[in-house]
Amino acid sequence: MVKPDISVIVVGVSQGGLEALGILLEALPLEFEKSIIIVQHRAADSDSYLSEHLNLISPLQVKEAQDKEPILPGVAYVAPADYHLLVEKQGTLSLSDDERVNYTRPAIDVLFDSAADCYGPRLMGVVLTGNNSDGARGLKTIKDLGGTTVIQDPEDAQVPAMPLAAQAITQIDHTLSLVGIAKLLSNL
Amino acid sequence: MDAKQIAEIEVDVLLEAIRLRYDYDFKNYARASLKRRVHSLLAKENLEMPYQLIPRILYDQNIFDKFLSEMSVTVTELFRDPPFFKSIQEVIFPVLKTYPYFKIWHAGCATGEEVYSLAILLKEAGLLDKAKIYATDYNKRSLDIAKAGIYNADNMEKNSEAYLKAGGKKTLNNYYTQQYDAFKFNDELNKNVTFAYHNLVKDGVFGEMHMVICRNVLIYFDKDLQNHAFTLFDNSMVKRGFLCLGSKETIDYSVLKSQYETFSKPNKIYRKIN
Ligand SMILES: C[S@@+](CC[C@H](N)C(=O)[O-])C[C@H]1O[C@@H](n2cnc3c(N)ncnc32)[C@H](O)[C@@H]1O
Repeated sequence: MVKPDISVIVVGVSQGGLEALGILLEALPLEFEKSIIIVQHRAADSDSYLSEHLNLISPLQVKEAQDKEPILPGVAYVAPADYHLLVEKQGTLSLSDDERVNYTRPAIDVLFDSAADCYGPRLMGVVLTGNNSDGARGLKTIKDLGGTTVIQDPEDAQVPAMPLAAQAITQIDHTLSLVGIAKLLSNL
Repeated sequence: MDAKQIAEIEVDVLLEAIRLRYDYDFKNYARASLKRRVHSLLAKENLEMPYQLIPRILYDQNIFDKFLSEMSVTVTELFRDPPFFKSIQEVIFPVLKTYPYFKIWHAGCATGEEVYSLAILLKEAGLLDKAKIYATDYNKRSLDIAKAGIYNADNMEKNSEAYLKAGGKKTLNNYYTQQYDAFKFNDELNKNVTFAYHNLVKDGVFGEMHMVICRNVLIYFDKDLQNHAFTLFDNSMVKRGFLCLGSKETIDYSVLKSQYETFSKPNKIYRKIN
């Protein structure tokens, strides 16, 4: 069976995320045409510094997601603090302040589940550094629905727990350093 | 047709059963989080598939009540997003001052914290007596809590901090009496407030508002239902009235985009043009 092209990449990251996302997004080419949707765990009252900072260093436009915003190619969306971020079938983003999942809001699993439901095999899920197991179950959903799974090489991760947790429960297609992940994305 | 498409049909049929039986229409709720909630209820009821909920919900009102409380998340707090409250004092209060009296509608007020927060600031600005405030929700249990104005005192420190960040001029304890682990807001705060049931999906306009506040409710709706609600707000609005949304919500992708000007972009305050 021929796999359809990946159109969307979802990324989950926790401790060490600011640096990891910086390295990843900085290394993507200007003409990058996929959409990236990111959940980074952070304090409920944090501001939009993260997306502003990433926007400055990345060739892509990086922005904090707004409710019902259309998902456009070449743009990276970051979940706002204290809201879950979900993908809708119409190709838009939606937010929710539903209860925490895995003790966190935004939760990576929430994004991954909803994105897998919408994009199936056209989705790639990436789990980066972090010190908990959020994202593991979601990455499994992505795999189960035909998507591609990627983790940051635990050796390369500032905190390896999250990629390790993902690897423990699902089959991983690519285990790579941040630079390796950037290359993989660039060649999609 | 694949299993995923069939699962969508299951959810559609469930929602249709709920509509016919209880007259609540969730068809145009944002689908992704709606499905999460259906699955969360399934897990709580030890069921696996959405269709299994259909007979349960049809014949057992209790299960429907559980569904309804899943569907009306009540995350809220006093002075939620303090900069928003600060900003309405700066940009909206000066306009409200020019009216002999004015009306405010909190749509989706949940357990009422937002209503008391604003009432306190109106009071401090000397505006509360000129205000007629409507606070509505479709969750009756939340409305009962809102009416009583009694809350858990666990987060008092955080509340006081938020009050000050919001531009409160005194101290929060001027406005409530505390008893053990609960506190009750003073009656002066809600004497001009009408708490009432109103479902944004099917109920209509009930007054001419100078300010409509609907925060963190529209995120649960799909675009069509959002537009329906926006139109309802617009039809309820006096000329040059204010519309206030939650900090991550926007009119940018809606029918109101060209009819409202942005008064504060970060704080999501819009004003009707014309
Ligand atoms: C997260 S709370 C928002 C509370 C408050 N406005 C805030 O921002 O903190 C969302 C509220 O929307 C209400 N809601 C959802 N759908 C509604 C509808 N169709 N009509 C009226 N209220 C609705 C829910 O019952 C819930 O109380």
